[in-house]
Amino acid sequence: MKRIYLDNAASSRLDDDVLKAMLPYFTEMYAIPSSQFSHQDGIEVNDAIEDARDAVADYLHVKSSEIIFTSGETESNNLAIKGYARANASKGKHLITATSEHRSVLNTFKVLEKEGFKVTYIEVDEYGHITPEDVKAALREDTILISIALVNHEVGTIQPLKEISGQLEDYQAVLHSNLTYGAGYLSLDMGDLGLSLASLSTDKTNGPKGAGVVFIKDKLKINRLFEGNFNEGYIRPGMVNVPAVMGLAASVKMFQNNSGDIERIGKLRDRMIEKLLKMENTVLNGPAVERVANNVNISFFRAEGESIALHLDMKGISVVTGSACFSQSLEPNYVMMAMGFSHERAHGSIRATLSKYTTEDDIDRAVDAMSEVVQKLRDISPIK
Amino acid sequence: MSIPYTKKILQYFLHPKNVGEIEDADATATEGSPSCGDQVKLFLKIDPETLTIKDVKFLSYGCASNIATASIITELAMGKTLEYAKNITWESANKELGGLPPVKVHCAILAVDALKSAIENYEHAHGLMKEKIPTDDRILMKRLRGVINPVAGKDVVSTKLVASVQIKDGHVKIEVALASDHQFYNNISSEIIERLEPLWDVEDVEVIPNEN
Repeated sequence: MKRIYLDNAASSRLDDDVLKAMLPYFTEMYAIPSSQFSHQDGIEVNDAIEDARDAVADYLHVKSSEIIFTSGETESNNLAIKGYARANASKGKHLITATSEHRSVLNTFKVLEKEGFKVTYIEVDEYGHITPEDVKAALREDTILISIALVNHEVGTIQPLKEISGQLEDYQAVLHSNLTYGAGYLSLDMGDLGLSLASLSTDKTNGPKGAGVVFIKDKLKINRLFEGNFNEGYIRPGMVNVPAVMGLAASVKMFQNNSGDIERIGKLRDRMIEKLLKMENTVLNGPAVERVANNVNISFFRAEGESIALHLDMKGISVVTGSACFSQSLEPNYVMMAMGFSHERAHGSIRATLSKYTTEDDIDRAVDAMSEVVQKLRDISPIK
Repeated sequence: MSIPYTKKILQYFLHPKNVGEIEDADATATEGSPSCGDQVKLFLKIDPETLTIKDVKFLSYGCASNIATASIITELAMGKTLEYAKNITWESANKELGGLPPVKVHCAILAVDALKSAIENYEHAHGLMKEKIPTDDRILMKRLRGVINPVAGKDVVSTKLVASVQIKDGHVKIEVALASDHQFYNNISSEIIERLEPLWDVEDVEVIPNEN
């Protein structure tokens, strides 16, 4: 039986056309992208990378010179945040982020704290939202950088970036955002959102793994993370993953014509949430509106998440849970803790993230399986 | 590679043995781990003449390891004397299941504790309790052998994570050979506290990280 894959916010199936765009760069155009005084092979690959840069710049409504390619979301977040903070430390050493951010953001800020920066962690509300007022209250004269993800990776909360950046006029602080979980779903106009720095990967939205983007407005000063040759403006030395970057460019081109997919995915998400909430003792995690189209996150009380996920896995359905039993640190999911949830609510939480390949039949079968499995586990639970 | 559970663990997870309640149980105990959220409730039916376990059942609110270990422990205890059952260890449960993944071994402790607590509750109610022994370093170390280092799947004492133990006027201090930003520091420190606080003469437990 065909497996039902509902973990797209972790990574997703590559789109066939994206794969086609990548293939020549494995076996035909495999030279290092190099500037003019090289060989023909390198120049051709370089032209292709510059076309890819144009495509990404077009998608983000910025200049091509403002785009740097990296290896993915984690590197992009590290480069944008560490790179900007270290290069601009003389202007101030205060930074702002939120408690619900991706680990590659939070752990980056922890390193900066050890380097002497002060970080304010804005607490999110029970739906994962932060408000422009929260940011305003945290802002100081010596604040140089704020990092808030456009979409939360666990519960799909969309943050009001435009309103947040609108408060920054009288301050030197610039706004960075991890756009990865909104890629392909939301309009990403950097000017409109008021962003000076951004990170992007498309591997959650049918793009390739191993490629990422940092947008750096008007060549703001950024320190590179490591040394090497002079490519990517000497901001990101090291070999560009050419096939992956070509795939990334193909995927953002695809996003510019996918409103039908988004609408369909959103309807499937609503169908799944509606059906699951009809079960007893279930609750939606994250907001009902201002939620990315592919995220479902539900807590089933009196049933433990790892057990639910394992039963579902054996039935051919892939989901993840915020339960402590499942996590790499044996702690309840930190995003849910940040939202003020009880351990129990995190313990029975299941995240299902959809893609354009998810069908209505997939959703109905997954809901039926969840209903059966949760009932089975509640039957053997000591908590009544 | 597939999910790191043995076939036997998956079998017990899918078809747990001795699951349910005993309505006229002679003793029950609920053990929960606030840090991970799991709970096990155990029910015992005991023959007062021979002090053997006539029936044992469990309910679980936990992960696959929790369900499987609770299940295997009821099988190991069934028909045995209380003296025998008291000495069932997490190691024997783990061995019987063919080995839990290291990060999951701590789940076996909960089920073993539930069995021990249920037996103690029975002994207490029937005047079978022995004299209370004051907690000393040796008892602390013995209890700490029930806290699992998730990296190794063995206890924190044998994996040398306990740097020192101290008890003074009911205040316990445990120094651990872990920095506070270690992946498992929060888990291990809360498990140490949960493990030592129930001791009758312990008032509070402080875990001290090693930041060097």
